[in-house]
Amino acid sequence: MHEKTIAELAAGLKAGEFSSEELTRSFLERIERLDGGLNCYITVTAEAALEQAREADRRIAAGEAGPLTGVPIAHKDIFCTEGVRTSCGSRMLDNFTAPYDATAVARLKEAGAVMLGKTNMDEFAMGSSNETSFYGPVKNPWDTAAVPGGSSGGSAAAVASRLAPGATGTDTGGSIRQPAALCGITGLKPTYGRVSRWGMIAFASSLDQGGPMARTAEDCALLLSGMAGFDRRDSTSAERDVPDYTATLGDDLKGLKIGVPTEYFGEGLDPEVKQAVQTAIEQYKGLGAEVVEVSLPHNELSVPTYYVVAPAECSSNLSRYDGVRFGHRCDDPQGLEDLYKRSRGEGFGPEVKRRILVGTYALSAGYFDAYYLKAQKMRRLISDDFRKAFEQVDVIMGPTAPTAAFDIGAKTDDPVQMYLSDLYTIAVNLAGLPAISVPAGFAGGRPTGLQIIGNYFDEARLLNVAHQYQQATDWHKRTPEGF
Amino acid sequence: MALGKEEVEQIAHLARVAVDADDIPDYARNLSDILDFVEQMNAVDTADVEPMAHPLDMAQRLREDEVSEPDQRERFQAIAPAVEAGLYLVPKVID
Repeated sequence: MHEKTIAELAAGLKAGEFSSEELTRSFLERIERLDGGLNCYITVTAEAALEQAREADRRIAAGEAGPLTGVPIAHKDIFCTEGVRTSCGSRMLDNFTAPYDATAVARLKEAGAVMLGKTNMDEFAMGSSNETSFYGPVKNPWDTAAVPGGSSGGSAAAVASRLAPGATGTDTGGSIRQPAALCGITGLKPTYGRVSRWGMIAFASSLDQGGPMARTAEDCALLLSGMAGFDRRDSTSAERDVPDYTATLGDDLKGLKIGVPTEYFGEGLDPEVKQAVQTAIEQYKGLGAEVVEVSLPHNELSVPTYYVVAPAECSSNLSRYDGVRFGHRCDDPQGLEDLYKRSRGEGFGPEVKRRILVGTYALSAGYFDAYYLKAQKMRRLISDDFRKAFEQVDVIMGPTAPTAAFDIGAKTDDPVQMYLSDLYTIAVNLAGLPAISVPAGFAGGRPTGLQIIGNYFDEARLLNVAHQYQQATDWHKRTPEGF
Repeated sequence: MALGKEEVEQIAHLARVAVDADDIPDYARNLSDILDFVEQMNAVDTADVEPMAHPLDMAQRLREDEVSEPDQRERFQAIAPAVEAGLYLVPKVID
């Protein structure tokens, strides 16, 4: 059963080929047997999952099932889940049991999806390799010496290793798309504001966006339909209707205009990744698309810009962890300031501290204009590049990440090198656009991804464009050996 | 921008984060590298560019000023490190 996609599982459940309880048991058994070597899950909620599965079976029997009813999924441990530990990959929240469900979690629960557990991630979503997690690194199922990418690395590795048919992720600078590419799965970062941020632990609030991770674009369409929509509890939630993302998957691509940015194929791009992406773009011509060159001249400066904006917002957001209301508290505090400092010093790992310090510095008196204001101006230029490109084309294509998965430990001593793994994903967050990564081949035996960027709220088109590619190729069907 | 020991200590103080004295040189080096890296932004003249605070040019939504959330104090305090009589406890601040 674990070989099936969400769409196939939904059909099987509806036809009575297996029950949700049987299906859920089979995934729990796989997690028990295989996750020890991968570390995808921080928490497995076996009992609650079986209870939800039995409830789903009742709904299916009563004819009240939707497309996700009874389908097991995993949630990134950044989404609050009522009564279940929500650690955000941090010692700071190791003892934190969320008192409520995030909106995205509540919506998927209402749709009848069964939660298998909470997936591992870089601490507070700050990382590109899953190595900053308090719970240890996740291993890439294609090669356990390699990282799965990050920060949604647990979700990506769980889907790739068939320890969940689908999962939620969040993407602030590439954290859905980059691990999706490195693990050979499909991951969609929706338009900023499309999926509610309520109950999704904040990192950089003007960039954070939740989205689906699964094997296929069709499955991402099903999950996004279950997650997306206006939420009055999120002040930046988009007040727009949610289309049926599966309705247009079958549309043909005749006349589709694809923009290929020259800047995405320059220095730093691995030749094998480049080859795979160019082959994929060629295949789109065969599907009826027209390819034109476009330019995103400020892309190179998107990473420096991001490493001002994101740490600044992070330093502000993470000031809530003070050892007073929830989370880690140091022993025997000598006064309030000592309580704050030691609780935070002990609760946060090195990368989170680095970003808090950079952000604090960038926002401090005398430096605000030189860093934060400058970065916001750069953000406008980066966003304008996309606006101009989308006057000519329907979608933009290029690599998701400059290389395939690197080895665990290869970049941990050099933060700036690690940051450059998000060279092609970060500008999308700064602009607030949607983008999807689809499996597009291998480089050095490890998976690589094609990134497709769309205009605002054009998720249906992205899913259609990705789905059509998956009808013509089988990269998304490949399974890592042993899983 | 190269940061020294005192500057790192001052930033850590502003952020209310305890940093081990042994780790200060590493932080100083990493933070200096990161600041050098982000200063690549200075290659572009942005004098006439309007800053962009938010991806969608949206106005803050307004709503009626009425109670919309139920009182969940007990639930929220159940996960607090130290509470008493419905209040959060912190070390003594006034002698």
